Amino acid sequence: MGLSPEPTDQSVFTTALDKMVSWARSGSLWPLPFGTACCAIEFMSVVSSHYDLARFGAEVVRFSPRQSDLMIVAGTVTDKQAPVLKLIYEQMCEPKWVISMGVCASSGGFYRAYHVLQGIDEVVPVDIYVPGCPPTPEGLIYAIIKLQEKIQRGAPSRYQEIQRASEADAVLEPAGA
Amino acid sequence: MAQFIADRLVGEFGTAVEQVSDDCGDLTVWIARDRVHDVLAFCKHDDKLVFNFCMDVTAVDYKPLGGAPRFAVVYHLYSLTTGKRVRIKVGVPEEDPVVDTAVDVWKAADWFEREVYDMFGIRFEGHPNMKRILCHQDFQGHPLRKDYPADLRWRNLRPDGLADEIAPEEMDRIRSRIRHRLSH
Repeated sequence: MGLSPEPTDQSVFTTALDKMVSWARSGSLWPLPFGTACCAIEFMSVVSSHYDLARFGAEVVRFSPRQSDLMIVAGTVTDKQAPVLKLIYEQMCEPKWVISMGVCASSGGFYRAYHVLQGIDEVVPVDIYVPGCPPTPEGLIYAIIKLQEKIQRGAPSRYQEIQRASEADAVLEPAGA
Repeated sequence: MAQFIADRLVGEFGTAVEQVSDDCGDLTVWIARDRVHDVLAFCKHDDKLVFNFCMDVTAVDYKPLGGAPRFAVVYHLYSLTTGKRVRIKVGVPEEDPVVDTAVDVWKAADWFEREVYDMFGIRFEGHPNMKRILCHQDFQGHPLRKDYPADLRWRNLRPDGLADEIAPEEMDRIRSRIRHRLSH
């Protein structure tokens, strides 16, 4: 971005459209909470008055995937629930991002067991992992700031990375080869 | 009071009561498997016992201890009238893991028995809907059996993974409502 050369009109900036769009997106995330356990309680704390996620431009929590672009998976996801998680994720508008909040969502946590996904990235692409059991509210805010930096850089989401990789694979290895 | 409950069951069922123990007021009565339905119905309908609340049905796998029978199905009963409790246990052999259902005595036993079936593979004869309740329907084996590897998973990626808990006629109503919405 640069200041307008006109000294009388310093309120005008020039920039590339992509940068402008990325900047706008990063400051208007609409989170969808997929809360299944105690992490969801911490999430409520983050969006409530004390920690107030609105300060970071991500306060419009939506409970419909079709109105959201950031899914925050907060809690344990069982094998039985995995198809539900995927179905909800697939309904979200693009571009879309996923934050895996807490160790259960990130790796299964202490549920190294017969019934829990060992990380939601078995089912959906994840952009940011937040450690902790549960993470502190500051931890989740840090994750959202990190995601905003990633979006502002114009970096592709994990979803886009996977899509591009599979497109590249399709070019390299045509069907039937 | 515990002695009274034990005496009443022994008086009614005689040798079908295999063992009675009373640890610190926790009365446990072992019952022969072929009489368990009669005993449970008696516990509920007898006007002295009135165990009108089936608090839990669960099971134990005694495999690490060896011996027979391998499993025990456990009924925790409570009487809202007398405030007393009793624990009924039934030995279940590994090679024929079947027990008569108690759903016709207490409706509450329905999901408990499905849980026992899901976790231990013990079937309940006469149950109206004997299928898994906690694990997904593609799951193989019964995870609370002691010989089940604790972290052995079975993938469930069917898109209608939870829809099988909805009654078929209700599912039809939901589908027609969605179709109606999409067409307008």
